[in-house]
Amino acid sequence: MSDPVIPAVSIRNLKIALPPGAERAYAVDGISLDLVPGEIVCVVGESGSGKSMCAHALMGLLPDTVRTEAGSIVVEGRDLLKLDEDGWRGMRGRHIAMVFQEPMTALNPLMRIGEQITEMFEAHGLLSPSERCGKALGLIREVGLPDPERIIRAYPHQLSGGQRQRAMIAMALALEPTVLVADEPTTALDVTTQAQILKLVRDLQRRRNMAVMFITHDFGVVADIADRVVVLRHGLVVERGTVIEVLKNPQHEYTKALLAAVPSIQPPARAPLDGRAKAVEVIGLDKTYVTAGGWFRPDRKVKAADAVSFDIFQGETLGLVGESGSGKSSVARLVVRLIEADRGTVRVGDVNLTSLTGQKLREQRHRIQMIFQDPYASFNPRRKVGQIISDGPIARGLDPKLALQRARDLLALVGLHPGAIDRYPHEFSGGQRQRIGMARALALDPDVIVADEAVSALDVSVQAQVLALLEDLKTRLGLSMLFITHDLRVAAQICDRIAVMQRGVIVELKPTAELFANPEHAYTRELLSAVPGQSAPQAA
Amino acid sequence: MLSFIAQRIAKGAVVLIAIVILNFFLIRLAPGDPAVVMAGEAGASDPIFVAQLREKFGLDRPLLEQLFVYVKGVLSLDLGFSFRQQMPVASLIAERLPATLLLTLSAFTISLALGITFGALAARFAGTWADTAVTVAALLFYATPIFWVALMAILLFSVTLNWLPSFGYETVGGNYTGVARVLDIGVHLIMPAMTLGLFFMATYTRMTRASMLEVKRLDFVKTARAKGLRNNVIQRRHVLRNALLPVVTLAGVHAGTLVGGAVLIETVFAWPGIGRLLYEALLQRDYNLLLGVFVVCSAMVLIFNLITDLVYRLVDPRIEFAS
Amino acid sequence: MRNLFKRLLKNPGGLIGVVILIIAVIIAVAGPWLFPNSPWRMVQRPFVPPFTLAAVPLGTDALGRDVFAGLIYGARVSLLVGLVSTLVALIVGVPLGAMAGYFGGRIDDALMRFTEFFQTIPSFALAIVLVAILQPSIYSIVGAIAIVSWPPVARLVRGEVLSLRTREYVQAAIVTGQSHSWIIWREILPNALSPVIVLASLMVATAILLESSLSFLGLGDPNLISWGYMVGAGRTVIRQAWWITVFPGLAILVAVLGLNLIGEGLNDVLNPRLRKDSR
Repeated sequence: MSDPVIPAVSIRNLKIALPPGAERAYAVDGISLDLVPGEIVCVVGESGSGKSMCAHALMGLLPDTVRTEAGSIVVEGRDLLKLDEDGWRGMRGRHIAMVFQEPMTALNPLMRIGEQITEMFEAHGLLSPSERCGKALGLIREVGLPDPERIIRAYPHQLSGGQRQRAMIAMALALEPTVLVADEPTTALDVTTQAQILKLVRDLQRRRNMAVMFITHDFGVVADIADRVVVLRHGLVVERGTVIEVLKNPQHEYTKALLAAVPSIQPPARAPLDGRAKAVEVIGLDKTYVTAGGWFRPDRKVKAADAVSFDIFQGETLGLVGESGSGKSSVARLVVRLIEADRGTVRVGDVNLTSLTGQKLREQRHRIQMIFQDPYASFNPRRKVGQIISDGPIARGLDPKLALQRARDLLALVGLHPGAIDRYPHEFSGGQRQRIGMARALALDPDVIVADEAVSALDVSVQAQVLALLEDLKTRLGLSMLFITHDLRVAAQICDRIAVMQRGVIVELKPTAELFANPEHAYTRELLSAVPGQSAPQAA
Repeated sequence: MLSFIAQRIAKGAVVLIAIVILNFFLIRLAPGDPAVVMAGEAGASDPIFVAQLREKFGLDRPLLEQLFVYVKGVLSLDLGFSFRQQMPVASLIAERLPATLLLTLSAFTISLALGITFGALAARFAGTWADTAVTVAALLFYATPIFWVALMAILLFSVTLNWLPSFGYETVGGNYTGVARVLDIGVHLIMPAMTLGLFFMATYTRMTRASMLEVKRLDFVKTARAKGLRNNVIQRRHVLRNALLPVVTLAGVHAGTLVGGAVLIETVFAWPGIGRLLYEALLQRDYNLLLGVFVVCSAMVLIFNLITDLVYRLVDPRIEFAS
Repeated sequence: MRNLFKRLLKNPGGLIGVVILIIAVIIAVAGPWLFPNSPWRMVQRPFVPPFTLAAVPLGTDALGRDVFAGLIYGARVSLLVGLVSTLVALIVGVPLGAMAGYFGGRIDDALMRFTEFFQTIPSFALAIVLVAILQPSIYSIVGAIAIVSWPPVARLVRGEVLSLRTREYVQAAIVTGQSHSWIIWREILPNALSPVIVLASLMVATAILLESSLSFLGLGDPNLISWGYMVGAGRTVIRQAWWITVFPGLAILVAVLGLNLIGEGLNDVLNPRLRKDSR
């Protein structure tokens, strides 16, 4: 690191002002950093840290509401911040290219992949149309997409998420830029796809000796891909250094706290729960989604649950892990009867939930409650927190005054101020909302809690607190829990046993420690090895 | 593709039959005994003639059987007889249909072409005086009754400036042939087509503008900027193309309004189309003719809808023909 | 709701729209007391040009009737038909759409086929046929306009309900054991309301246009004067007396414009996301 390498990009004292009335004055408050050829710099931070603003500033693609107030971004001796629109256009794509977070929305749905890649050459008046096409084929091959001749004519919706992100990368590499900016490029992807994309970025960066700025919130990803790390908080650099320095020997309190909050992939020892009664019994659940065809075409069928069976013992947390489309969320909704199963039985305690309908079902619903994924969509924006929590008990006939008093107690229980009952959900942060969601579920004195990706939308430090609270409440109240997650680290920490799902089928169900130590099914092994940040970071 | 068209045509046929059935019951809703009304329309009302009519049209038979006979008749293009005009309804309509098609298709083309152009310009220069001018003009035309615009156009271009003819399809007694006739019809067409198109132009302008501003915010536009593309190219290729999808849908939805507007415009300009025919039927309380025109209007709308559906499928690859 | 009104008044278009609507309502309600001249009575010689006689400020028509009085009394018909037919369309469309969206499946299929069918029929032609067959009267006009305007309401409400139904807070309500009616009334409809309000204000405008078009063709209520009827009556004499057609047409334009402005203002206020943009 001591060699006087000439940086490809040199950011000095960058200040980006937020519009008046925002949370703070500067999104980015005097950041300096260098990007060096052949090196991946990870810019890490939680939401609102300003990391994405940095990336966009580098491309001259900041939203109109913010403006760069001071500083310089020097590339090949020129300060980008002094460029006019034409000057920027010459830089974009050619010297600095960008890969975005959401590959589905980042591609134009009406244009073929090939057209969108060749557009890169066209934008800078390079090559003839047929040469562009040949180049595009080469790029598609280079990023490891199968059947380039087909891909070049495909539309974005015909590709999978990972394939789309590969296409985006091919596009970014088209003009052999010296700098690649990747803004959370794997956040929207499944863990196995993420592992492949990370490897691809790493390989391409080495092969082409690019300087890469990689924005992420995930320390696992940092460990896998970074050469150097810059930790941002509230628009300020709190720590920087090589990946080994930062991950192994963090200096700043904030970095230490962040690292400590990342769940370990090593499951802690758990007392076995043998001999306990079954709290939930799920027997042979089938659910097939049928998209109606028409008069001349067959129906399309997707199996969301295929003979799914499991038990949850009293006081146990059963994890249900899998990637998107595995059917894990459908199973959660089948278990609480938000959707109807085609076949199968769900038994909660001594009640057969699947046999009930109408009023009888409503009367028994309190036994099994749910905590939802999205802290923003899971509350009616027009109802106060107190109403949200007490609606359920009131529907069961509890006196409204008592119900409200109970809502206060529950808010205290989940670590919020009881006065919150008179406020609206939008006045709370994501983590606080998840606590309100817990209070709503607990208000009905359930035996079982189904948590559907309940911490996935939260920043890592908040996630750790919410998980701890969930665990604590479960133990104190003697609850059983079905915990749905895509995150194996979280599952390792909170689950007694884990069921792995793939395409509607449970492929493996074992006690957590055993599953991690001795995965049997090939898919389980693939999932486990794809979890980022398992190997120690290597020196660049 | 073919199966899609077949499917859509089959669906359209079902809707058309439903409309014909609705029509049948609407006739029964008309005041008075249909036979007496018909006799009245024919200008005779002696009981023997009424009885003859009743038998001839099967009005003495059960309702379901009448319905069956009626639907069968319509499907073989027999729309009944107009006693007022002493001609079969179908031939009356066939005679007038070309003029209406000419009018509505011209108005449709003009409104779509100009509407998209103005809307795209306004969105491209959003916030400037050009945008304000287009937006205000579109807002005004969107609120103006088209029959009144037509009258104002006559007042300005025919009465005051004497530039354009105020009524008819061609110059009466002009006896033009060939190119001269085409030009003559063209001159007569300008005002009806423009005034009919104005409201729709305003609609498409507003839609295009709003839709483009919406699309501009999407991620792939940022991708396009990140490529270093020129703004004009981004606007045309990425923003406009995506923004046109809802406009196409809207154009399909508005086909019915367009046909309805033709009734008003043809009435004002004495344009010899089926809209004018509907007005005449209205004046003379000629219910057979009225409902015949109604069925044909509905069929026109169905065809319009089919075309816009096809166009939509052609421009949006996400809707596959198979699914 | 009061807050919404305040924000609407801060929107320039919305403010103009509200002012226009308030003036129109005052004219419609109080006009006949302030201007007791019956619009049907011949008060002067025919074809008095506007701005010449103080008694008939906007001139007289071919029968010597006061054009200004016609405008005043016409406001009643336009607003009444616009509001009532929209109300009827909402009463039909909202429950149908809510049921289709909430229960889904076969109920949804059946209701939506029915709605689509009505949407395929050219609306103005259907309105003409209905009014002609039922005989022109204020009731048949309101009925016909309502019949042709409810399908968009049903479709909009269905779409909203369909998307709200899968929201997590609605699912949470189901899981906590709430009944269907509670969920529809407390959780779904309040949150589906804003686009319906916007649509309703635009529908009033469309209804006024429809009414004036029907009256223009001679399908107005024969006992009530309306702006469309006045334009239609003045059309044959437009070469001699432009004012008979110009003023009522302007009245329609202003009323419809006002309602459209309110609709757009509401849209800006309720969906702020669509409003701000530059380049």
